Amino acid sequence: MNASGEVIGAILILIGAIFSLISAIGNVRLPDVYTRSHAASKSSTLGVLCALVGTLLYFLISDGFFSIRLILGIFFVFLTAPVAAHVICRAAYRSQVPLAEQSVQDELKDYYMENEIFEVEDKVELVNDQVK
Amino acid sequence: MIFETVLITALCILMLAILANLYRIVKGPSSADRVQALDSVGINLIASTAVFSVLLHTHAFFDLILLIGILSFIGTVAFARFIERGVVIERKR
Repeated sequence: MNASGEVIGAILILIGAIFSLISAIGNVRLPDVYTRSHAASKSSTLGVLCALVGTLLYFLISDGFFSIRLILGIFFVFLTAPVAAHVICRAAYRSQVPLAEQSVQDELKDYYMENEIFEVEDKVELVNDQVK
Repeated sequence: MIFETVLITALCILMLAILANLYRIVKGPSSADRVQALDSVGINLIASTAVFSVLLHTHAFFDLILLIGILSFIGTVAFARFIERGVVIERKR
């Protein structure tokens, strides 16, 4: 009974650590911000989830201790890591960080160009109203 | 005995991951790269805290896991807002 908890915990923790290393290698090797964010957010989230589930199962099987705080941590990481990656990518796109050279097409560009034109028109109208 | 060896191996792998992210923090051409790599370092720190609590066989660090997660998320969102708009908290007129 004791040994099975150790085996399951060790396997899950090792898988999680290897996933984190793969995500860090992707973070070093990939060409631009968006591909790096893709590598870093997804696989490191999976890695930390594997490590936390391994910890939870280890304490559950070997001690019979069920930690609700660990469940809460797993849920929180699962919820917030993709949101953080999305927010960073949007900030990078809006501050005109360029895409990689081998990227083929950029469909968001036209949309943002239109929006910028609308914003400029709004500002011009505001200034005209104030002048009147 | 094998269990401790596996856990220490996992800690070494996580250390290598943090070092690779540190390379990206030092080199990264834009500031969004650096914020992304810092967020990744925070997530790796959560995983290493979990491995440490298994290695030391204690429940005392589970609060710390939750705390590092929340602080890392808040810091990342604040930095992203700063990169995007120049201010973190906007002033209402």
